Amino acid sequence: MLLQINNLHKDFKRGKETVHVLNDLSLDVEKGDFLALMGPSGSGKSTLLNMIGGIDRPSSGSLIFDEVPVHDLSEKGLSQWRADHVGFVFQMFNLMPVLNAWRNVELPLLLTKLGSKDRKTRSLAALDLVGLSDRATHKPGELSGGQEQRVGIARAIVTDPDLLLCDEPTGDLDRKSGDEILDLLQALNEQQGKTIIMVTHDLRAAERAKKVLYMEDGKISTTRNI
Amino acid sequence: MKYLRFVMTNLKRNKTRLLFTFLSIMTAFLMFGLLSALKIAFSAGADIAGKDRLLTLHKVTFTQPLPISYGRQIENIDGVEIVSHQTWFGGIYKDPRNQLPLFPVEPEKHLQIYPELKLLEGNLDDWVSNRQGLLVSKSLADRFAEEWKVGDRIPIQTSIWRKKDGTNTYDFDFVGIYQLGEDLDDGGMLMNYKYFDESRAFGGGTVGWYVLKIANPDDSAQIAKEVDKLFENSSAETKTSTEEAFAKSFAGQIGDIGKIINAVVSAVFFTMLLVVANTMSQSIRERTGEIGVLKTLGFSDSKVMWMVILEALFITLISAAVGLLLAKLFVDNADSVRKYFPIFYIQQKDIVVGLIIAAVMGVIAGLMPAMQALRLKIVDAMRKVA
Repeated sequence: MLLQINNLHKDFKRGKETVHVLNDLSLDVEKGDFLALMGPSGSGKSTLLNMIGGIDRPSSGSLIFDEVPVHDLSEKGLSQWRADHVGFVFQMFNLMPVLNAWRNVELPLLLTKLGSKDRKTRSLAALDLVGLSDRATHKPGELSGGQEQRVGIARAIVTDPDLLLCDEPTGDLDRKSGDEILDLLQALNEQQGKTIIMVTHDLRAAERAKKVLYMEDGKISTTRNI
Repeated sequence: MKYLRFVMTNLKRNKTRLLFTFLSIMTAFLMFGLLSALKIAFSAGADIAGKDRLLTLHKVTFTQPLPISYGRQIENIDGVEIVSHQTWFGGIYKDPRNQLPLFPVEPEKHLQIYPELKLLEGNLDDWVSNRQGLLVSKSLADRFAEEWKVGDRIPIQTSIWRKKDGTNTYDFDFVGIYQLGEDLDDGGMLMNYKYFDESRAFGGGTVGWYVLKIANPDDSAQIAKEVDKLFENSSAETKTSTEEAFAKSFAGQIGDIGKIINAVVSAVFFTMLLVVANTMSQSIRERTGEIGVLKTLGFSDSKVMWMVILEALFITLISAAVGLLLAKLFVDNADSVRKYFPIFYIQQKDIVVGLIIAAVMGVIAGLMPAMQALRLKIVDAMRKVA
């Protein structure tokens, strides 16, 4: 078991009212899983993804990742844990506009003890894996949306994390580019054994996952194996 | 070091803003450098003044001469170790615009009274033994480096002391270059009094002022009183004070330049601090999303904070270094200014102080935006991106 989520609650205060975004949610994720999280807006998909990625903290409940109680880690501990174990793929790509493709991919490696040569070798290898080695010196502004997302995926996998968290990775792409990204994620799951949790509104994207979880009112309402 | 490139790249993201910030800070430190040199120009006398040295001048004005016989009388006062004298020569080299602060002195006694005088080039024995020997301060030697070399014969005119032969040109043998201690330069020239006194057509047997070396600085007030009492009711009454007090009162005639300069520099630096802090805050606000991404990737809060401080530190340090370098280049080549302020240079100490101010300014200016970045929650930052 890679990830065990038990009785997770997340509450927000909105004025005097308390909003329960996640409501006693439990979930087990196996190594090598590819989960798609679907559901209407406000159902808690992104909040759940934030909890799993350690960028937000639960109000209560536990989140155990490979026997590490992520919910108990300090801020510094969480940062290190994210750097070591999690790769993030964003809807808006979120690349640094001032850095070229390989420097963007290199960013997470700055947190490792690798020397500059090794960092460059690994960054270029990650770009090669996503089919963008010929665009290594291009800045994000010089790339298409699909290419930017590939750089984003290269950045997410360059540290060889156990878990990839994708927040609507095809949400800002045309259909062809979206399909290419989904092909890539699927390949990473099937060939590299990466565990992927993907939030999506797109049924076609969800169909690439091994399991689709529907969320409603802060809970997982239905689970469907594909 | 591995974050340095990223920090530098971030700095360059808005080139216009970078240029204007750079120019503002650079100009401030250019001004700091120039004003430091000006401060030296006004206060150098006090800096080179010794606590164990007194000056005895004519009571009315220091331009009135004193009889040479006073020296022997002053020597007899208890506590006075050595008495020597100096006179204003009013030197001119080639062009009246090249005014030179040249002083006829007694070489052997001068060296005893000013043991900090350090020869950088040449031979002190040549100066003592050669009546026409001329010692030149480093700054003056540098100023005339293309025309004067140690060993050269240099003709210098005087606007005051016409010679017995009716001319007003004195010939000198350039025997050495000096400075005071490790870093002080009085911007003057020293000649042998004997050559001066035997050549001049009038004023023989008089000196400009006396310099007294005393055994105990604590006795300076008492000795000064005794010296002045000695010549009370004479045709040339005296006024004796410490070298430092004289230099300060001389500089004070045109106001407390040091305080004025410090006030101007402080105001400029405070304004710069606000400019840099504002620029950095703006830059960080624009990058809220990117900071969120960095934190998501695993950059800790403190790491992000230090990167922001490093950015501010870089811009202030590089701009300050360029500003100080330009100031140094200007001051080193400001011969036209040196005509009016012979001691006009930037001390190494002031360059170091400038860089320290730049570093402190960088850290303070970066601190507020750095705290913004430190406190930024990833979810809030990412919400702004979306």
